[in-house]
Amino acid sequence: MNVRRLHISISSPVCMVLVCILSLMGCSPEKNEYKHPKGIIYCSEGNPASFNPQLDTSGTTVDVSSHQIYDRLLDFDLVTGETVSGLASSWTTSEDGLIYTFQLRKNVEFQNTSYFTPTRSFDADDVVFSFNRWRDKNHPYHDVSGGRYPYINSVGLADLISHVKRINRYRVEITLVRAESSFLSNLATDFSIILSAEYADQLQAAGTPELIDTQPIGTGPFKFKSFRQDRYVRFDAHPQYWRERSSTGQLIFDISPSSSLRLAKLMTGECDSMAFPTHSQLDIIRKRKELILDEKPGLNVGFWAFNTTKPPFDNPEVRKALAMAIDKNALMEAIYFGSAIPAASIIPPSSWAFQPDSKSSIYNPLGAAKLLRENGIEEGFSMTIWAMPVERAYNPNAMKMAELMQRYLRDVGIQANIVSYEWSTFRARLNQGLHDSVLIGWSADNGDPDNFFRPLLTCSAIESGTNRARWCSKEYDTLIDKALTYTNQEDRAYFYSKAIELINEKMPLMPIAHAFRYQAYRDNVTGIEINPYGGIQFRNVSKQ
Amino acid sequence: MLKIMLRHISLLTLTLLILSFFSFSLAYLFPGDPLVNLTGIRNSSEQGYALLAQQYAMQDSFISQYWQYVNHLFAGNWGLSFSSGLPLAEEISRSLAASVELSAYALIFSFVIGLPLGFLAGLRHHKFIDFSLLSASVIGYSIPVFWLALIAILIFSIQLGWFPLSGRISLLYDIPYQTGFILVDILLSDVPDKEFAFQDALQHLVLPSVSIAIVTCTIILRITRRSVIEVMNSEYIQAAYARGLSPRQVVLRHGVKNALIPILPLLVMQFTTLLTNAMIVETIFSWPGIGNGLIQAIYQRDFPAIRAGMLAVSALVLTFTITIDMVIQIFDPARRRPEHATS
Repeated sequence: MNVRRLHISISSPVCMVLVCILSLMGCSPEKNEYKHPKGIIYCSEGNPASFNPQLDTSGTTVDVSSHQIYDRLLDFDLVTGETVSGLASSWTTSEDGLIYTFQLRKNVEFQNTSYFTPTRSFDADDVVFSFNRWRDKNHPYHDVSGGRYPYINSVGLADLISHVKRINRYRVEITLVRAESSFLSNLATDFSIILSAEYADQLQAAGTPELIDTQPIGTGPFKFKSFRQDRYVRFDAHPQYWRERSSTGQLIFDISPSSSLRLAKLMTGECDSMAFPTHSQLDIIRKRKELILDEKPGLNVGFWAFNTTKPPFDNPEVRKALAMAIDKNALMEAIYFGSAIPAASIIPPSSWAFQPDSKSSIYNPLGAAKLLRENGIEEGFSMTIWAMPVERAYNPNAMKMAELMQRYLRDVGIQANIVSYEWSTFRARLNQGLHDSVLIGWSADNGDPDNFFRPLLTCSAIESGTNRARWCSKEYDTLIDKALTYTNQEDRAYFYSKAIELINEKMPLMPIAHAFRYQAYRDNVTGIEINPYGGIQFRNVSKQ
Repeated sequence: MLKIMLRHISLLTLTLLILSFFSFSLAYLFPGDPLVNLTGIRNSSEQGYALLAQQYAMQDSFISQYWQYVNHLFAGNWGLSFSSGLPLAEEISRSLAASVELSAYALIFSFVIGLPLGFLAGLRHHKFIDFSLLSASVIGYSIPVFWLALIAILIFSIQLGWFPLSGRISLLYDIPYQTGFILVDILLSDVPDKEFAFQDALQHLVLPSVSIAIVTCTIILRITRRSVIEVMNSEYIQAAYARGLSPRQVVLRHGVKNALIPILPLLVMQFTTLLTNAMIVETIFSWPGIGNGLIQAIYQRDFPAIRAGMLAVSALVLTFTITIDMVIQIFDPARRRPEHATS
């Protein structure tokens, strides 16, 4: 048969099909020629537990809810860290520091959504409701969604307040049990949000009070639209928002737990900004010209806490010797890739309570070995280092850090075993005090130094599970409590310097590093600012 | 014909029963309380628990428990997901639709590419083009799907920026759920700028469907090639040439039809291979399909979702395979198995 002719006749339809396909594929690559609907997409790292930050201190829940859906009576100025007016336009303090009176802003509208239509604007009833929900154990909403308010309990806010009273529609009076200078800072944290009392009443009448935390209503710049687990959270702009705001479109949280996937989406423009770039990704982001990386010293500290209830770690000399065995500067490069500064105390340099001349441990393996032997720790003593399984700014790789420390400890004759569990199990077992020592850390929720001293090392923080050293010192507690009775920063700083001295002397934990915080976004996005005092804010974010 | 249908339907029913029985026993095989694994309702109150236990006949024998379970399945009550707390019937039908959609486009794609190339190779049997297509198909067949998908992302998304790498459509479009097939849903929806949404969805489809299609494409190419070679060597083709028909006429009138008919069922059956590959590729492209869903469920130890997801996938594959087999036997008597034993 005539093979050549056959070939031509057959291949022409094949060619046509191929040409068709190629042209079909070719028409899609013309990217960005058409316009998408307006909106900002933020690649976030996980599912929020609820949409109410009163109930959860996890950064994921805070990011998605606190500054998007809600407002607070007060806010932090992101530059100076001072408390500035929020829903309260002004406030006064009585002379004894016990009574605070807040004048509320008028004509602040709640969000109008498919599930709730407000009939009145924000007023004193909403403030009273929002505070009493966590304050008053007999409040009908107190036990809704579990009745646990971790941040508020950890700073003892519920016990501090004796009354929250409505004076008139736009004036609220809060009476304290004792004067405490960190009170206003606590009102400006991510957790002191204002809910809608009218919505709560409506839900209660309908018999579905728990919806208040999953179908949220607030006065914030974005209103909740929908949430699909492992996929996305959608928000629409709140058109009657009371503040000025540059972005008008929707806001979408694209839930992408893998940080490499987040980075890839940022590169292809499927995200406008991403949460938590890892330290190894920072150089990649810096090298791409269409991506911007902001950095700011963070209000955090990574540390190595000793379980001071377990011998021989109840002996301060042993703790000091162990701290001397570790070379912090070597950890900075290996773990933080230079994106952190070594910590001399638990207070980061950006806080006003920072003591520039405070001295923590100095690397001295010979001295450490000597001190250990003097205190009865022989060669071959074995202990555990618990390394947290998750990545945090203050410790991006606790496992690797533990391995490095293992080597340092071997040099002074100590056999260290590394222990790690899944994150929630890990925290549960830490709370039981099963560890010898643990690598963990703390990020501040507000600009007040009390937020480091109190949760990390006071006796009452053992119970609420933030004092990982399980260290309880009356002397320390007195210093921290005394500091709060003064309003003047210099007076308070004096007590805090004493507290830092005490920590260095007793070494319940070894501070390791203060890490920078990073925000990565595309160059057509403006208005993203790192909030050192908590969750991300999208109010001023816009896209060209 | 009635006999064939009856035989297939009873086969399907029986297999589905066995499958559902297996999925029911999973509730016992997974760690934890079987009732919780069945319903997905954790931390229920004592009364609530007692009520559920009654509904699922937990006090009765294993068989009556199973019977209640099947009743619940048919009532659309598949339990709740541990991780999201949403009804699984809805979750799974949504994600299954996404997987089927992806596989369907990939199947079309591999037909469009694989069939013509298979003909080309078959007609040019033992020529250069045949050998090169055959080697290309061996390479295509040997490449692991997930690796191919990752390379495609690296080149076409990250380096060239032509295609997006995750999801079905940009999240900026909020397409209401109706059929579960994104392209259809876009057309049914009343979002502004529909054509942009459609274009965006197409862009999202390209990389995942091509990376799945490549393996199937090579299989189709080889099946077609073999069939074409056989047909072109058969006597009636020689006879057609002898009657003086041109090669074009011979191939188009006699070749194509006769080569395609015997392999068509084989080709359609590729859908199940495709679905399996799609489940792998979904996780890479964050495609919200059943494969991705199952992987997430396994990670999160979401036992009700694993149970219901496996049941749904296997039931779909089974129904599809048996139905195709039935249709083939009805329309192609040559393939019927002998009904009675022949000596």
